[in-house]
Amino acid sequence: MMQQPSPANGPLLDVNDLVVEYPVGNKIVHAVSSVSLQIARGETLGLVGESGCGKSTLGRAVLQLRRPVSGRVLFDGQDLTAMQGDALRRMRQRVQLIFQDPIASLNPRRRIGDIVAEPLIIAGVKDPAKRKQLVDDVLSAVGLDPALVVGRLPHEFSGGQCQRICIARALVLNPEFIVCDEPVSALDVSIRAQILNLLEEMKARYGLTLLFIAHDLAVVKSVSDRVAVMYLGRLCEVGPSEQLFARPAHPYTALLIQAIPMPDPDVRPAETVPVGEPPSPISPPSGCRFRTRCPRADQQCSDEVPELRTVAPGQFVACHHPLI
Amino acid sequence: MTEAPLLSVEDVTVNLPTPRGNLRAVDHVDLTVGAGRTLGVVGESGCGKTMLSRAILQLLPKKAKLSGRVMFDGQDLLQLSPEKLRKLRGRSLAVVFQDPMTSLNPVLTIGTQLIETLQEHLELDMAAATRRSVELLAAVGIPAPEQRLMQYPHQLSGGMRQRVAIAIALSCEPKLLIADEPTTALDVTIQAQILDLLAREQRRRHMAMVLITHDLGVVAGRTDEVAVMYAGRVVERAPTPALFKKMRMPYTEALLAALPKIDAAPHTPLPAISGRPPDPTRPLKGCSFSPRCRYAAGQCHTEKPGLAEAESPAHLYACFHPIEAGAGISA
Ligand SMILES: Nc1ncnc2c1ncn2[C@@H]1O[C@H](COP(=O)(O)OP(=O)(O)OP(=O)(O)O)[C@@H](O)[C@H]1O
Ligand SMILES: Nc1ncnc2c1ncn2[C@@H]1O[C@H](COP(=O)(O)OP(=O)(O)O)[C@@H](O)[C@H]1O
Ligand code: SF4
Ligand code: SF4
Ligand SMILES: [Mg+2]
Ligand SMILES: [Mg+2]
Repeated sequence: MMQQPSPANGPLLDVNDLVVEYPVGNKIVHAVSSVSLQIARGETLGLVGESGCGKSTLGRAVLQLRRPVSGRVLFDGQDLTAMQGDALRRMRQRVQLIFQDPIASLNPRRRIGDIVAEPLIIAGVKDPAKRKQLVDDVLSAVGLDPALVVGRLPHEFSGGQCQRICIARALVLNPEFIVCDEPVSALDVSIRAQILNLLEEMKARYGLTLLFIAHDLAVVKSVSDRVAVMYLGRLCEVGPSEQLFARPAHPYTALLIQAIPMPDPDVRPAETVPVGEPPSPISPPSGCRFRTRCPRADQQCSDEVPELRTVAPGQFVACHHPLI
Repeated sequence: MTEAPLLSVEDVTVNLPTPRGNLRAVDHVDLTVGAGRTLGVVGESGCGKTMLSRAILQLLPKKAKLSGRVMFDGQDLLQLSPEKLRKLRGRSLAVVFQDPMTSLNPVLTIGTQLIETLQEHLELDMAAATRRSVELLAAVGIPAPEQRLMQYPHQLSGGMRQRVAIAIALSCEPKLLIADEPTTALDVTIQAQILDLLAREQRRRHMAMVLITHDLGVVAGRTDEVAVMYAGRVVERAPTPALFKKMRMPYTEALLAALPKIDAAPHTPLPAISGRPPDPTRPLKGCSFSPRCRYAAGQCHTEKPGLAEAESPAHLYACFHPIEAGAGISA
């Protein structure tokens, strides 16, 4: 595949002030509001937050599967939001998406071999022998025996195997960047570990850069170099994984960490502050969107939107009264 | 045993006819729960947790065949008439499901559902039942409970619906609550709130609870005893601290090891369990875990291990080559 000339030491992905909205009736869902983030080449950025906070929307908008209202998405120096038609299609070969529900994301009437070959056909790989070789190689790489699986249908496979197939399909074009949208949330503990290990292996083997979305903080930490915490369409905090877990600066990050169920009988779960549920993204609170659940909220929090600023080396927080 | 336990599940087996042949969803399970105690039941999806809870509640699919005995509060549930069972399930034996919509009626308001339950089982009048309903909704952490009485389930978030389902389950002061993955569909912050709520109400009411989950993290700090299920069987059962610190069964060890640890450095490879659970319509001759077990040898492939006692009669495990006491990797 032809590489575009690019600032080789700049971030692979540079998301700038991204806004994504969904119209519902005569109202607007503010799904992603002014989000900026960068992902370096070879890095995994974890993205966490509660259901409905806009994680998938952000992932899809980065790939232009949902066009943002405003903002820029620079991939390898090129603005994807400005691309149309063929240019965008070519670019899409370099970026891929893996979904949460592996079974639902595979066409039930197509054979595994055809499903994994489909991106090759779209990309114009015309030689069937070449296609077969690429499909066999990638299936072997994800731990499936091509001879046993290519002729079978998705329903003959378990959730974990379907996720391997989805990963193979995402890898077959040798992409540079993959958005993994909750790739293990639907899987059992024992299978989850297999798939997380596989993603790490594939990342090394194919030299990938990942945006890894999940709501399970332990899972996110286990694969991510840095973590971004999202709440109701906005970023609260971004920082190196270990640093963020050891010293969270945003009250919401602290709440998420406190809520993790620990598999240790000596850790009595702290009685959680009864902080209720997130408000509607149709009419998010003024100022800081977390203020309706935040124990530290004051007048300034309802008046002014907190901007992301540095609190420690590499750690950024959007809060008027951070914990550190 | 001095006092009879509140619940005792004795040699319960559930068989389901399927197009692929007989499926043994629950295989000779024995469990007991004392009054006011909490038993955690842990296992991967499909291992039979829900079928076990449905067997206890006598709510199995029609085609299911149940054998064994379920004793609850001095009564043999298999001998009760459908009418008596229905009364019991509304009163002293309550349940909360993973999907709250299983127990909520989508076309009735929250208020109607709560008030009807209270009127039917506690014979309260309308005014008293309404008052109780408001109290219950407030107790489960629903803001503005008077207004919620008028709302329908679809107007609430998943977490709110689960709170309402819990309020209904608690409304008649049950002696035992069976909670089948009550927080699996919820976010971490809501999950923590719901688990706190269950624990608080349980202490206040001296209610016993069976907490079913696939997440070892959920049972660790919140149960007295844990039963680990694999392929329809209880493969290890122990007081919670002993299960986590002195596990004897390789599956328990593997399940705990496979969890990402919050205090591990990023990119630490996980000790995954290879393969997957056996097809429940094709039971294995030997230990069900043998194809995935790193200690499997000899008779593991030809015989099923029965439950044996560890250092105390309260700790049971089913394994021919148990992990040496104290050698287990801790979380
Ligand atoms: N097609 C759509 N039309 C209208 N609203 C939508 C649409 N898709 C998503 N939304 C809304 O946008 C917000 C963000 O949704 P999104 O799916 O991005 O969240 P998420 O963080 O991925 O949640 P989850 O953890 O549940 O996957 C939510 O309020 C959601 O209801
Ligand atoms: N209504 C049913 N008919 C046939 N088989 C079923 C039915 N419900 C569950 N099963 C099967 O019984 C086994 C145990 O299921 P279940 O108790 O739901 O597991 P769990 O709750 O642990 O995920 C599984 O193999 C499942 O596919
Ligand atoms: S800005 Fe205010 S409301 Fe928002 S997280 Fe910080 S302290 Fe809480
Ligand atoms: S009986 Fe054998 S196969 Fe089964 S868990 Fe024990 S060692 Fe492993
Ligand atoms: Mg999503
Ligand atoms: Mg279940």
